Amino acid sequence: MNQLNKKFEKVLIVKSTTENLSKVREFTRKAAEECKFSEDTIEKIVLAVDEACTNIIKHAYNYSPDGIINLSINVHDDKFIITIIDNGNHFNPELVPEPNIQEYYKQKKIGGLGMYLMKKLMDEVKYSTLADNRNQVILVKYIEN
Amino acid sequence: MADFNVNLRRFESVSIIDVKGYLDAHTAPELENVFNKLLEERNFRVVVNFNELNYISSAGLGVFMAYIETMRQNNGDIKFSNLKENVYNIFDLLGFPLLYEFYKDEKEAINKFIEQEKS
Repeated sequence: MNQLNKKFEKVLIVKSTTENLSKVREFTRKAAEECKFSEDTIEKIVLAVDEACTNIIKHAYNYSPDGIINLSINVHDDKFIITIIDNGNHFNPELVPEPNIQEYYKQKKIGGLGMYLMKKLMDEVKYSTLADNRNQVILVKYIEN
Repeated sequence: MADFNVNLRRFESVSIIDVKGYLDAHTAPELENVFNKLLEERNFRVVVNFNELNYISSAGLGVFMAYIETMRQNNGDIKFSNLKENVYNIFDLLGFPLLYEFYKDEKEAINKFIEQEKS
């Protein structure tokens, strides 16, 4: 794993279209496979990254196809770290309530599912605004030796 | 390109939707179109067969949440069958089994509708 820690860095830059979600999933899957995660964990990581990018396409860019989504994957201290940056609208994760399926059903409210899934699927999910005003979300999965 | 296919079949009063491949934010509108068609035709009894579905994200789950109440208000339902374990696990994570009926086999789901019709 030490060797992996030193040199592991993958980058993918895509436009903010839902069509690119399959590219994002493929990119994430390949990187996770290189880190020898189990198939079950790989699927969790792939879904979490899909959800993060779907949120960016929908909320940060409002479905405008010209936005940029910048993904990078690194390995540090036995952590598989996906950093996703966009230039879109700011997004306050604290304003998104945790979904309750029964309430959803009654109120016909849809949304917030993606973020809830991300938190369930990953070990860490962190949102921030960078100094240059871009949005950043970091998703972390611990690598078990 | 996300690989997704949706197909509609009928068995008596029940509409069966076969979903295949990857159901995400890109492909979810194709599934919505099928549900809209069912509403237009006033077909409210729906079984979704997931036998060939490999992947689902929250955008796909949202489609089922958007239509379930209308189906139930009209004496129908959306029932799920033939889910692969990984796909079921995502539904489970979000608490879907509290509100939706899941069946191992499509026939069981169809029979449930037909029994209701008779009673």
